[in-house]
Amino acid sequence: MAHQLLPDEFADLESFAPHWVLRTERERYAKRLASSMEQMQAFYDAAFPRARAAVNYLNQFELDNLPEQARNLLYLLFSLVMVSFPVEVWKQPHVPDAGAAYLDLVEEPGP
Amino acid sequence: MTLAQKPGAGSWTQAYPELGTGPVSYEDSISPEFFEAEREAIFRRCWLNLGRVEQVPRVGSYFTRELAVANTSIIVVRGQDRKIRAFHNLCRHRGNKLVWTDYPGVEERGTCQQFACKYHGWRYGLDGKLNFIQQEQEFFDVNKADYGLVEVNCDIWEGFIFVNLSKTPVQPLREFLGEMAWGIEGYPFHKFTQVFRYRAEVKANWKLFMDAFQEFYHAPVLHKKQSATPEAAQALYEMGYHGLWYQLFGPHRMVSSMGRYRAPADEEPVKPIDRLTRSGLFGPWDEPDLGMAELPRGLNPARSPMWGLDSFQFFPNFTILIWKPNWYLTYHYWPLSADSHLFEGTLYFVPPRNAAERLAQETAAVTFKEFALQDGNTLEATHTMLKSRVVDKFLLCDQEILCRHLHKAVQDWVSGYYGGEGLPAGRVWSRTAPSSQAR
Ligand code: FES
Ligand SMILES: [Fe+2]
Repeated sequence: MAHQLLPDEFADLESFAPHWVLRTERERYAKRLASSMEQMQAFYDAAFPRARAAVNYLNQFELDNLPEQARNLLYLLFSLVMVSFPVEVWKQPHVPDAGAAYLDLVEEPGP
Repeated sequence: MTLAQKPGAGSWTQAYPELGTGPVSYEDSISPEFFEAEREAIFRRCWLNLGRVEQVPRVGSYFTRELAVANTSIIVVRGQDRKIRAFHNLCRHRGNKLVWTDYPGVEERGTCQQFACKYHGWRYGLDGKLNFIQQEQEFFDVNKADYGLVEVNCDIWEGFIFVNLSKTPVQPLREFLGEMAWGIEGYPFHKFTQVFRYRAEVKANWKLFMDAFQEFYHAPVLHKKQSATPEAAQALYEMGYHGLWYQLFGPHRMVSSMGRYRAPADEEPVKPIDRLTRSGLFGPWDEPDLGMAELPRGLNPARSPMWGLDSFQFFPNFTILIWKPNWYLTYHYWPLSADSHLFEGTLYFVPPRNAAERLAQETAAVTFKEFALQDGNTLEATHTMLKSRVVDKFLLCDQEILCRHLHKAVQDWVSGYYGGEGLPAGRVWSRTAPSSQAR
């Protein structure tokens, strides 16, 4: 593979990586709002069953010293958390009753 | 399920007779004149929290805060002597804003050795002293010692940086914060260096958002859809909300609440992502060790085994909310006008030791945002209708005692400052809507 974003062990999720490996909450939230429920459901259905294995894989590294592909995997898990409310609860991309309200994450910790 | 024990007076509210139990008016949240009075009587006189000492870790570390409510901008900086000082962000030469890049209204942070003005290059030390005047010989008898940055009273409590814009504060910081603060002294706030800082401009009066977060009566209703199952939502809805403890301390106030006091059992209904990441609205299920033998005495005042969180509302606009699973958050409500304010919600965690702990924090932060977005939008809906002035008497229940108290405290400060009866505009403010007024 020309440029593989995720570790070999998670090659089965590689097709989602270009869309969901996003470094900031702002990007992940924007991606969520711009996605259809079908897209988020497909990502969720593929990533959720693999998430526990992904966490175990990541736990072998020091958090502030993650190899690049491992860090991408963690970003992918952050995106899984981001789509979880639309998929598990709201059944729609945006928060119900939230209208035009926004809440920007202006400072966030690294991975 | 045993509900919380109310005080001997029969209700939380009646334990404080000065609050009354009648309907209230929200004229204080929609009137531009009252907002002008709040600026002077409250925001220019009270100690205001601007952040934490961890935001200025080194000599020369600084940040700026735009205080629209006081028409000023403040620089907070750590000096050569490691002392933290605050200054008005204003050059003494011809009044340019001293610290900013590209957009004057955007807050800044960084590290420097001195502050240099963009306009004509005057330079100030970290202690505010004027050190350099470009072409000084062109000026007329300047004594540089007289032209340092204008310093603002600044003091620290438990690592929280406060400023007071009045020349001589009525009370020193710790006395102003009072007994409510003393009760949580010793909580290891400094250990929570993992920070998520949210911010939004909200089109509602600042007190209305404070109200939204100082009562949980709304939670089983407004946030009903967030429950894991319809059955769980219905059960919460039917039980309603019952605070464990409410207490007022001068202008400050607190509520203690049940919550997630242990990790959910396997059979309990929780959202799949919560179970996967062991986290949720109440924070990570696996609490970090804070190395504390016991909690400060002001936490969990009901000494309830089901204790989940305490929310401390410091007058005028600052909240510290401490969660049982060893994390905390703060809220700040910075008024912009009678009809709008800047809301900041900041989540503080102990640094994660591995990816699992980091992911649990991400779930807590994402969940916080889902809830806050619902709360924030409801406020715009409330504010616009209050402004219609169709009704000026609103009911508050016993679980909304802190809302009742905030508005009374604000009005007391305003009328205290303007001499009791009225405001400069001549309007009289009373917390309880006049009963004679037919609508
Ligand atoms: S205004 Fe700052 S140097 Fe002139
Ligand atoms: Fe809420």
